[in-house]
Amino acid sequence: MNAVAPSTLLALDDISLSFKGVKAITSISFSVAAGEICALIGPNGAGKSSLLNVINGVYQAQSGSISYAGQTRRRMRPHQAAEDGIARTFQNIALFKGMSVLDNVLTGRNLKRRSTWLEQMLRVGRAPAEDDEQRWHAERIIEFLRIHPWRHALVGKLSYGLQKRVELARALAAEPRLLLLDEPMAGMNAEEKREMSQFIRDINRELGTTVVLIEHDIGVVMGLSDHVVVLDYGRKIGDGTPEQVRSNPDVIAAYLGTRRSQSARSQ
Amino acid sequence: MEFFFEVLIGGLLAGVMYSLVAIGFVLIYKASGVFNFAQGAMVLFAALTFVSLLERGLPFWWAFLATLATMVALALLIEKVVLRPLVNRPPIILFMATLGLSYMIEGLAQALWGAQVHGLELGIPDEPLEIRGMLLSQFDLFAAGTAATLVIALSLLFNRTRIGLSLRAVADDPLASLAVGIRLPRIWAVVWAVAGFVGLVAGLLWGARLGVQFSLSLVVLKALPVLIIGGFSSIGGAIVGGLIIGAAEKLAEIYLGPVIGSGIENWVPYVLALLFLLVRPAGLFGERAIERV
Amino acid sequence: MLYREAGQLATRYAAERRIFRLRQDRIGLLALLAFAFIGVPLLGNDYWFSAILIPFLVLSLAGLGLNLLTGYAGQLSLGSAAFMAVGAFAAYNLQLRIPGMPLLLSFALGGVVAAAVALLFGLPSLRIKGFYLLVSTLAAQFVVEWVLTKFSWFTNDNASGVITSPPLIIAGLNFSSPAGRYLLTLSLVVLLFWLGKNLVRSELGRNWMAVRDMDTAAAVIGIRLFKAKLLAFAISGFYLGIAGSLWAFAYLGTVEPHGFDLSRSFQVLFIIIIGGLGSVAGNFFGAAFIVLFPILLGNLSALLPVGLVDSGQLENIQKMLFGALIIAFLIKEPEGLARLWQRFRQRARVWPLRY
Repeated sequence: MNAVAPSTLLALDDISLSFKGVKAITSISFSVAAGEICALIGPNGAGKSSLLNVINGVYQAQSGSISYAGQTRRRMRPHQAAEDGIARTFQNIALFKGMSVLDNVLTGRNLKRRSTWLEQMLRVGRAPAEDDEQRWHAERIIEFLRIHPWRHALVGKLSYGLQKRVELARALAAEPRLLLLDEPMAGMNAEEKREMSQFIRDINRELGTTVVLIEHDIGVVMGLSDHVVVLDYGRKIGDGTPEQVRSNPDVIAAYLGTRRSQSARSQ
Repeated sequence: MEFFFEVLIGGLLAGVMYSLVAIGFVLIYKASGVFNFAQGAMVLFAALTFVSLLERGLPFWWAFLATLATMVALALLIEKVVLRPLVNRPPIILFMATLGLSYMIEGLAQALWGAQVHGLELGIPDEPLEIRGMLLSQFDLFAAGTAATLVIALSLLFNRTRIGLSLRAVADDPLASLAVGIRLPRIWAVVWAVAGFVGLVAGLLWGARLGVQFSLSLVVLKALPVLIIGGFSSIGGAIVGGLIIGAAEKLAEIYLGPVIGSGIENWVPYVLALLFLLVRPAGLFGERAIERV
Repeated sequence: MLYREAGQLATRYAAERRIFRLRQDRIGLLALLAFAFIGVPLLGNDYWFSAILIPFLVLSLAGLGLNLLTGYAGQLSLGSAAFMAVGAFAAYNLQLRIPGMPLLLSFALGGVVAAAVALLFGLPSLRIKGFYLLVSTLAAQFVVEWVLTKFSWFTNDNASGVITSPPLIIAGLNFSSPAGRYLLTLSLVVLLFWLGKNLVRSELGRNWMAVRDMDTAAAVIGIRLFKAKLLAFAISGFYLGIAGSLWAFAYLGTVEPHGFDLSRSFQVLFIIIIGGLGSVAGNFFGAAFIVLFPILLGNLSALLPVGLVDSGQLENIQKMLFGALIIAFLIKEPEGLARLWQRFRQRARVWPLRY
């Protein structure tokens, strides 16, 4: 741990988002340091997924700005986000169900390609060597996430947990600087959650990827993240280290709940 | 100037005929999300059956009822043999199934009743009415009146009855409708039967106008631009769309035809619909789906 | 036993990526090609060439063209015949008006013109999705048919509107005989299918399938939807254009707009439905079905007592059976004949064991 203040990779400033009059997000500002794992928590409907969508340009915020890697933008487009090294997974798996695991992971690397479609069609020029290179990168990720037994299987036929891992693999394949994960552990049992947490920690430690994740399991959040942001009804009600957030009275009231019997006894 | 209005109104009234066919589409789409390409074939089948029964000596209303019964039977058969096995498949599969269905029904209609053109007399006087110096066809006015009645009846059905509520539920989410106890097969049978009835009415009117012949089933293609402009799931939209297409087609034929070339009414509706879509991708009355990821 | 796969493991990625990874498959393919190029011309008769093999090959190519657009990229199209017509008429006019124009170049340029037209009518796909897109390709179908009929320049001011195609001479060799036309068609089809197979397994092919399966996710991972869709229309148009030229020059011997009408578009669509959406080999199966089905039906009815079924009725029965078969396919095997073939091959690989 060095004493130099970590640089900010992502900063949201006064973001507001509404859908035809329904306010999803109201004036949210926070920043994410490079190399940290930041968790977004809050009750259902608090606007967490919408916030991720704003960060990578799927939704356009009505006001506020996003500052990423030193550049401030009013609006972000999905393609721009991808080119800038932002990758994400979705709450309801957004995999290409008609393709194999390997193909899905390879699509994640589409921005790393230099050869044109003509070269690929004729199998000349840069194409053959590039095919090998992309395959090598994809295989690294597939083995990292231990999904290699299923590499040629059709993604639509895999179990939910495996699909989630494939989606993570596709996001990682882009070698992102910022990884946005939307409930990566939804629907998993304790064992699977442990495994996924380990993957995320490894991604952060070994690859240096900054992670912003939405998660409901408080135990996972407290153990995994360096920084926690709490949302409720579209507003930010807590922002700090896990310990700070845990003892924040607003957060407790809205989200964590009190242990009444214990507080009564201690009185 | 009167000529312009005459052409315009003629076009509007012709457009009403398109609307009638389009309404059949809308019904089925509203209730099952299926774009029924076979609607045109159904119109042809209804018209052919009716006219053949007439030629064999059946009185008008008996023939009507018999044809209606046939259409309902056809609807039930379609529901059982084609729709039920394909429930929950992606829309493109269903669309292609209706393509196959249209081939089947066309072949069946001609196998049963022959391929010659049949004339159809509905007993509506042929002389044009003169209103304010314009000549309007009585037939077209009758068709417009029928269409209006049909639309009112269908709106009442959809919005005021319990079965209408079930229909709208099924259109929205078949799985959820099953969960609340709506009998899917029955609903679909009802919808297709009603669509068959609408097809019969459309078939009779079109048949009286053009003669009952094979090209009737090509009318379905013209209904597509109508649906695009009006939105796939709105009956009112089908009317408005039909009016717009009918008017545009006629006006283009009379005013643009001499300039560009004859026969442009073949493609004007499609190009018009295309331009429309670029401006309003969901049609005038269609619902814009908000995709939540 | 047929497939002794033991020891046939790839040690390099390139080896694993081969189109026919197993030695048995490669031998099979070579045998098939040898038979097609050498055996058939020696054994076949003119009827088989002209009435069965050539239309089969050309329709397979058309099917592949549409499959690239609809089966792989997910853009529904009913304008296939229009693009075929553009290719045929462009090639015809190039041959006619530019002296000394090589035939193959005319075909290729005809394909390019068809690609441009397809691109034009594909532009709306950037705003419009799903069924609504049908109207754009339908517009293409009707507009092209109208333009080619209305402006007699395309048909060289021929009074009847029907023109005979010029002789097929390439590099001094005359391919106008049935066997010659067959070989010309076969060569072009094999080449274009090879290119097509490479294409669908390339990055562009994956991008297309991503756009087909979930275009919002595709945009999020950086795929340019604009470029992918337009390329799909253009490349599909090119393939259909060449197919159109072959249809007119090598099969019919005449070039006329009404041979490329809406029912032809439907025919191509049926080929890819029956053959298998998103498949390359499937187009052969679909085309074979479409070409052989009427002939089979005709032969069957000839066996029935005379007068039971006349030719008019035969056409209606064919229509009904056809529609019924399409529905049956969609219910039983929506991935078409290609999937059935794949299952058969899986069985063959482990035969005589069961699994």
